[in-house]
Amino acid sequence: MTATPAAAEHRAPRNAGGPVGLAANSTSKIGDRLFLGLSTGASWLILVILAGVAIFLIIKAAPAIGADWASNDALNQTVANTPGHANFWEYAGPLLFGTVWASFLALLMGAPVAVGIALFISHYAPRRIAGVLGYLVDLLAAVPSVVFGLWGLSVITGFLGPLNQFLGEYLGWIPLFGGSISAGGGTILAGAVVLAVMILPIVTSISREIFLQTPSLHEEAALALGATRWEMIRLAVLPYARSGVISAILLGLGRALGETMAIAMIVSPKLIVSFQLLTNDNPATIASNIANQFGGANDMQRDALIATGLLLFVVSFLVNFIARWIVSRTAPGVRRVRKARAA
Amino acid sequence: MQHSLTTGRLPKFIDLWVALGAIAVSAIVFASFGAIGLVAGWLVVGAILYLVAIGVLSHIVEGRRKRTDRIVRGLVVVAFLLAVIPLVSTLWTVIANGAAALSWDFVFGTEHSTFDRETFDTHTVAGIWPAIVGTLIITGIAAVISIPIGLLTAVWLTEYALPSNPVRRTVTFLVDVMTGIPSIVAGLFAFALFTLIEGPGSFSGISAAIALCVLMIPTVVRSSEEMIKLVPLELREASYALGVTKWRTILKVVLRTAVAGLVTGAVLAIARVIGETAPIYIAAGYTSNLNANPGVGPMSTLAVVSYNGYAFPDQSQPDLSHAEAWGSALVLIILVVVLNLVARFIASAFAPRARR
Repeated sequence: MTATPAAAEHRAPRNAGGPVGLAANSTSKIGDRLFLGLSTGASWLILVILAGVAIFLIIKAAPAIGADWASNDALNQTVANTPGHANFWEYAGPLLFGTVWASFLALLMGAPVAVGIALFISHYAPRRIAGVLGYLVDLLAAVPSVVFGLWGLSVITGFLGPLNQFLGEYLGWIPLFGGSISAGGGTILAGAVVLAVMILPIVTSISREIFLQTPSLHEEAALALGATRWEMIRLAVLPYARSGVISAILLGLGRALGETMAIAMIVSPKLIVSFQLLTNDNPATIASNIANQFGGANDMQRDALIATGLLLFVVSFLVNFIARWIVSRTAPGVRRVRKARAA
Repeated sequence: MQHSLTTGRLPKFIDLWVALGAIAVSAIVFASFGAIGLVAGWLVVGAILYLVAIGVLSHIVEGRRKRTDRIVRGLVVVAFLLAVIPLVSTLWTVIANGAAALSWDFVFGTEHSTFDRETFDTHTVAGIWPAIVGTLIITGIAAVISIPIGLLTAVWLTEYALPSNPVRRTVTFLVDVMTGIPSIVAGLFAFALFTLIEGPGSFSGISAAIALCVLMIPTVVRSSEEMIKLVPLELREASYALGVTKWRTILKVVLRTAVAGLVTGAVLAIARVIGETAPIYIAAGYTSNLNANPGVGPMSTLAVVSYNGYAFPDQSQPDLSHAEAWGSALVLIILVVVLNLVARFIASAFAPRARR
């Protein structure tokens, strides 16, 4: 890529142009060096910040991870939910399960809808209003998560109530819908629904951009051969967009893993591993557990919570890393050999 | 056998008619069961009925391929509506519930108790002025720190570093990954940092600001980079050709041209973090008193007050806490919408005529 300003300037002959008197004087030399130093320093600061996050979390979390949970006095105080576990992993295991389970449910509900919305905006909506519609969906991203939590509490839990009763009564033999149906509605299903609404914008916007990048010649060729709109999408758009959509979904997963407020406000949590969707005994997520327990915990228990936060950081870092790596591998301009498709 | 070239065609607005018909039928069925109030129920059943009806109709008249096309079109429209409905519902709920709590005393007052001399009755009056002050202070400090750092990084990435520079690729990649850091982890980092420096249990406004910086910097870097790249190369080349030094070129030519986009990016980054709850709650704790000193002591923001109102309500007056939660959520949404509109306005009014 030779079109960046830095590369262009690099190639330009140094002594070209400008009378001698305008050549770099001492102010300009200092200014140049200062600016270069500041800019380079800022960039290195990014690396330092990222490393710093990891380091400080590890420093604070290490005592809690290494401590003997059974005998530690501070950890056994009941101000937080740390008592009663043999070691850190017994405490964090159900939390990790809850995080992954809630995110998985949210992804299951949200990803197909998001891809459908992206398809609608890129290929089905009239051109004139496509921009407005895109803006509407982006507005979902601007709403603070605490507002979604409030909305979930007041609207979704009530809304799902009858559905919960129905599922529990008639489909209660399926383990997912078993257990005693929650009357208040603070189920993991409600939390996952709100979480799904929250990951819609990020998956939609990335998928939309990818769908819009399909070579229009391919689309027009499909239409010229008599394909219906859906067939054109299936033939020209989806194969091209597959890896991009996967990475968009992974980014949505990354967002869902870290989401605190929706789950903290809606789901009534316990430190358990449970697949039942409709009860009041729901697994807590790492983030919601931290939010619920942090205020009252003592110092050692806060260290334990920070340790679970470190776990969350590692997991979401990995997910984002993989997602961005997939995007970088399949960016437009990267030529890859595709297997020949049967016509 | 039906060939797609020789099949009939359904009338032009058949989708609309069948949709209306399906919803009507569904509503009538629900009404006959006395459950017309279950709006979601008959809408969902109506949508399913529509998909089935249009599928059958299309299959009979137009053939298999067209039928699949119509069903997919229906599914995609339903997906879009599934996005719009939560948005409208959320805004409606916040406005309806929050407007009741808004008043001059609420917005500009502090939470305090009043004592009625005649009935010997004390009750608490809600006030979110400390939260508004806290939001402005914390977000302000975060912006003052993040925007220069983000801008300078973007300048380095576009103007100084060659594309082949491995540090450049690493920084770009890590900035992208950093946009995915969970906000609560940023809050934990700030808490850990200040606890190690100042001692256990130190909540402060500046700690929350540092947490917000971790979240803001990647956003500012990304959007600034895009905006700076949009400035035409010719402008820079003309500047160098006239003998202007590099830093003056960047400052007075490049940044000045891109300033509209840079401001938009900065405002959008602020709008993103102004609604963050978890990192502020972890790093700055909670207080209902006015604390204007960011260096010491807990500080609350609108988002945290909102969360607190529902998660840890005042047991003797839960309704008051809930009203406080809705009121501060409404003020927060108004702030966010205003910021977004300002960003949009700046972007469209002052956009440079650059190649897109």
